[in-house]
Amino acid sequence: MSEQTSDSNANIRIVLAKLGLDGHDRGIKIVARILRDAGMEVIYLGLRQTTDSIVAAAEEEDADAIGLSMHNAGHLTLAPAMIEALRVADLDIPLIIGGIVPDMDVETLIGAGVTAVLGPGAPAEEVVEAVTKAVADAS
Amino acid sequence: MSEDNGDDTTDSADEARAEWLVDYESSRLRDIPFETMSGVPLEPMYGDSPYPGQFPYTRGLFPAGYRSRLWTMRMFAGFGTAEDTNARFKELLRNGGTGLSTAFDMPTLMGRDSDSSWALGEVGHCGVAIDTLADMRDLFAGIDLGKVSTSMTINGPAAILMAMYVAVAEESGVGRSGLAGTIQNDILKEYQAQKEYIYPPRPSMRIITDMVKFTTAEMPRWHPVSISGYHIREAGSTAAQELAFTLANGFAYVEAALAAGEDIDEFGRRLSFFFNSHSDFFEEIGKFRAARRIWARWMKERYGAKDKRAMMCRFHTQTAGVSLTAQQPEINIARVATQALAAAIGGTQSLHTDGFDEAMALPTEKAARIALRTQQIVAHETGVAAVADPLGGAPFVEWMTDEMERQAEEVFEHLEALGDGSMLEGVYEAVENGYFVGEIADSAYRFEREVNAGRRIIVGVNAYTEGAEDDAQNLLRIGHETEEYQLKRLATVKQERNDADVADALARVTADANDPNINLMPGLIEAVRALATEEEIVMAMESVFGTYVERAIV
Amino acid sequence: MSLRGLGTEEIFERAVAGERRALGRVLTFIERAGEDADIITELSHPMGGQAHVVGITGAPGAGKSTLTGQLTRLLPDLGLRPAVLAVDPSSPLTGGAILGDRIRMDDMAGDDVFIRSVATRGHAGGLALSIPGGVRAFDAVGYDPVIIETVGVGQVEVDVVGAADTTVVVVNPGWGDAVQANKAGLMEVADIFVINKADRPGAADSRRDLDLMLDLSHVTGQERSSGYRPPIIMTTATEGTGADELWDAIHAHRGHLASTGELDSRREARHHYEITHRLEQLVSAGIVTALAEDDGAMLVADVAAKRISPSQAARTLAKRLLR
Repeated sequence: MSEQTSDSNANIRIVLAKLGLDGHDRGIKIVARILRDAGMEVIYLGLRQTTDSIVAAAEEEDADAIGLSMHNAGHLTLAPAMIEALRVADLDIPLIIGGIVPDMDVETLIGAGVTAVLGPGAPAEEVVEAVTKAVADAS
Repeated sequence: MSEDNGDDTTDSADEARAEWLVDYESSRLRDIPFETMSGVPLEPMYGDSPYPGQFPYTRGLFPAGYRSRLWTMRMFAGFGTAEDTNARFKELLRNGGTGLSTAFDMPTLMGRDSDSSWALGEVGHCGVAIDTLADMRDLFAGIDLGKVSTSMTINGPAAILMAMYVAVAEESGVGRSGLAGTIQNDILKEYQAQKEYIYPPRPSMRIITDMVKFTTAEMPRWHPVSISGYHIREAGSTAAQELAFTLANGFAYVEAALAAGEDIDEFGRRLSFFFNSHSDFFEEIGKFRAARRIWARWMKERYGAKDKRAMMCRFHTQTAGVSLTAQQPEINIARVATQALAAAIGGTQSLHTDGFDEAMALPTEKAARIALRTQQIVAHETGVAAVADPLGGAPFVEWMTDEMERQAEEVFEHLEALGDGSMLEGVYEAVENGYFVGEIADSAYRFEREVNAGRRIIVGVNAYTEGAEDDAQNLLRIGHETEEYQLKRLATVKQERNDADVADALARVTADANDPNINLMPGLIEAVRALATEEEIVMAMESVFGTYVERAIV
Repeated sequence: MSLRGLGTEEIFERAVAGERRALGRVLTFIERAGEDADIITELSHPMGGQAHVVGITGAPGAGKSTLTGQLTRLLPDLGLRPAVLAVDPSSPLTGGAILGDRIRMDDMAGDDVFIRSVATRGHAGGLALSIPGGVRAFDAVGYDPVIIETVGVGQVEVDVVGAADTTVVVVNPGWGDAVQANKAGLMEVADIFVINKADRPGAADSRRDLDLMLDLSHVTGQERSSGYRPPIIMTTATEGTGADELWDAIHAHRGHLASTGELDSRREARHHYEITHRLEQLVSAGIVTALAEDDGAMLVADVAAKRISPSQAARTLAKRLLR
């Protein structure tokens, strides 16, 4: 087989997006680079996405995971909305939330169906590990 | 150095000192002893020319520094409905405040109404929700707008909010010429960093130029643009990039206003700045000093300002929200203190200090109080306010100031080349080709890698992490009541207004937008009076101006 | 839709039936090469042949993606279902990639437009195989036109985009860009030129320069046998102006291809190109295998011991490969 398969990250395709109006994109751009440098293909959708546009991208790109970044305290509304959109589309891929999520909300999000939550300042290895594990567990 | 090229430098230096002394002695000073806590008397400033209050203002805008007036401790806050915020405004005014600072919620900042699908979960969260003039009336009910100064932190739809402010004031009998305040209205940094844009750069610039013209002609006490580096830094830039991009944006606004036939001395003195104060103490101080020097030189030498006030870089500062850690949040108090100290030594005109818990949420009341106390300690206990530019003349600080200026000038050269000699065109081009976002993303990533590799220590994050276990989080939460209330209110307004009037007013906004020779402001004031919603007005202009989508520079 | 438990054929059927995610998976099969990709090739090859294949290329930042987005927004109203293969470079260091083209194209794209981001590396068969494979799948499923959008650097990219039915080369005002395009060999493959950012100073000059280059190519005998002269379209992609004119030109070129029989010869060339690459790949794989096997290793040892020369060893192996 080709050289790529020797590295398990090489075949991972992940959609990264900001859902809603929140414009804080420093973190998600850093995460995009971290995942690229780990050998993944990052489909970067950028700002102001809707649950529909994220579902469409994930389907067309055959993404292995979706990563959303949230900084406006909207996670308790937006993350469940995304989960619901994935459920409606019967899109069985992991959703990872990064950004500002207080500890006390992590459990709520996991309970709602989010696969992993990455807090601010999560080191690169933790970010890569979270994606790799989420994708491996899902397949 | 003195601008005087006379052959006897000693004479000119003496002259500068004499001038400074005259200015100093004519300054009204605060009635406190200017001495150390041990009783050692202090000079108002130490060192040589240029002196504080003298061109190019490296050492500060005023000859007496903070001896005449401390910086303004301006704490930015607010969330909920217009009525909630109104209650807090009144409380503030009762306590002797004269300045109101308005934070808007995300939908308002983005030109969306509370009933938009985009607004879901955001109404009233990070500021007050304003949909129509009715909300603006509630926001300022019972407040004499002729007597207060109001700061509004909004950019994309700033013209609409300013129109609402004018309309509310005039309903209460206060003419627009009597209104004092500042509207942030710095759209260029939105494309570069904060990303709260609506229209593409050129039409946005037209709106701002219309606002500059309108305020120059009719609202002489209003500051139509506050040029902001804060968000550029928060997005991950270096100190020098913050300095360079912000001042370049300033030059772009100046060139746009000049092209529109405005007088530089008229509008120049009404421009103000907003910087970040981050953790690298001396770099920040160098940045603040360089900002004043560069701005003064460019305004005088390149743009021909004659009025000193048009050469002065006045700025507000906020401590670096991005530096606050979610880990061991109490230690952020120490970070905020050193950042506040740097801003004070750097000569800021006003300062907001962040709450220690802001890495995770809006500050609790306690955190906000500690933040205010922190800058009060810097002002009253450290002695830093007794001597103007206390670190001026120190080789390291002077070198750092020069270095910040050198790096900024490199950026200016690049932008100027991009714009074929025009900073305005250069900034447009650099927005479009992704230069700004690319540079910022590179810097942010470089910093992150350094932290990640442990080459840069962030206390509590990648070192000294013991003690994080007992972080009990007590965060401010915002309920859904605001959203429900606001949706009802908007529905009522929409039901009760005259739809024909709204349609006419919106048609006029679109027509005005189509004609670059017409100033948009009168039509906007008419539209808000007709109770058109913010989003309706935004859309009326969008049909002409289009929308902006950022190129993916990651 | 969940694709769990479905075989390759079923997934392909679902893609043909219009399931977006199934088509997404089909494209993944193609990119990863191997058995699934071969099945897809067998299934899709007999079905296609209708779609007009459009290549859009040019220097980084020329505005290709934005222009492609403008086109795709235009086409559903004309009753067309466009698909896009948006190629972005992979990191040469890690093989990873940040694929950001959707951001500029996706604005109002609905179900009628299918966009797939493709990284230049990370495909077992390389772009030279995955792009024709992707085009074939889109074609089979009923997308038309199929647009390949790629930066005009690198021989493979130029070859891939040049093998389209209609190749659009995007340049910006200013000499530099046209010169670069020329160096990269893009002028040779262009059927249509676009001067994007036509609202900028220098646009008229660029147009004149391009015209001059086209005149010169006549003089030097590169004029196409049919007398077709590539038109120059002026666009401002960020404002959407010129996109309809560009589509008209693409459509007209398609008519030209059909009327002159050039369409068939282009497609023949495309098949030729793809077969060549597939063959090369088979042979390379065979070489790797042959050398790894016992008698391969023995041949290497013989060369080392100077019993035979390297060329003798190679000829011996070649005979075995071709058997």
